[in-house]
Amino acid sequence: MSEQAPEELPEPGPPAAPQARVLGAVAAGGALGALARYGALALWPTAHGGFPWTVFVVNVSGCALIGVLMVLTVERGRVTHPLVRPFLGVGVLGGFTTFSTYAADVSGLLVRQELVAAVAYMVATVLAALAAVWAGAAATRRLLDGGVRGARGVRGARDGDVREAHDGRDVRDGDVRGVRDEGRAG
Amino acid sequence: MNWLLVVVGGAVGAPLRYLTDRAVQAHQGHGVAYVFPWGTFTANAAGSLLLGVLTGAAVSSPAHALLATGLCGALTTYSTFSYETLRLAETGRAFLAAANVVASLLVGLGAVFLGAELAGGFG
Repeated sequence: MSEQAPEELPEPGPPAAPQARVLGAVAAGGALGALARYGALALWPTAHGGFPWTVFVVNVSGCALIGVLMVLTVERGRVTHPLVRPFLGVGVLGGFTTFSTYAADVSGLLVRQELVAAVAYMVATVLAALAAVWAGAAATRRLLDGGVRGARGVRGARDGDVREAHDGRDVRDGDVRGVRDEGRAG
Repeated sequence: MNWLLVVVGGAVGAPLRYLTDRAVQAHQGHGVAYVFPWGTFTANAAGSLLLGVLTGAAVSSPAHALLATGLCGALTTYSTFSYETLRLAETGRAFLAAANVVASLLVGLGAVFLGAELAGGFG
């Protein structure tokens, strides 16, 4: 009972220092993201009982940005720094967007019997968020791949570094591969 | 000073979500992270439940800034939820994508109501 057992750590796992840095990056990003959302709500307060436009815009814009970010990091490996995704993705965008406020606003509208507004808000957010994440990801893929799809020769050298050398390193999860192949021209 | 409380809440909520996601994924086993995003689902449900409690309890403004806007706001996420849904759809798992949306909404809403009920609110 007396020992402050330093061997509390259950398993070897990944090195401790990087993990601590990842958590630090996530925390810093989460603080910034939450603050940005708070700022948006302070700047553009929405009437109690009305359509929560500010949270709607916050969530949809955050979804568009994570589409861009995930393509740059995980899918295409253009941004390889190990703390970028924890900081910007898990932290900033995760902290900026919110599911709980969304759910609470929907339930608030329901409780006040504003059925149409509740359903409209619930459905509009989901549809807009999915459209935004798709658009962000698709636009970024297109930009990075420079029109590779179906036209191998066209390397759309928009920014000098659209190069084949990058094309092989976009996959981390075996399963992303299946879909990515169509964009990679072999 | 409420903004500072939001910062603190956000700095706790986001790592909590990250750790929740990791723990749930570890439980799920290897290589199935994209099959159903239970981690994000869990974080969103837990955050919604807590926000329901806070709403029902009608907490003070500073407590709301710290716990509701900061902690619950950062513990839950819409961006990862929608990206994971997109990935499910893009990898030919349209059913799971739809299930993720429907289940997240129903459970999130239910969690808010349950939390408020537990706190004795929504009278």
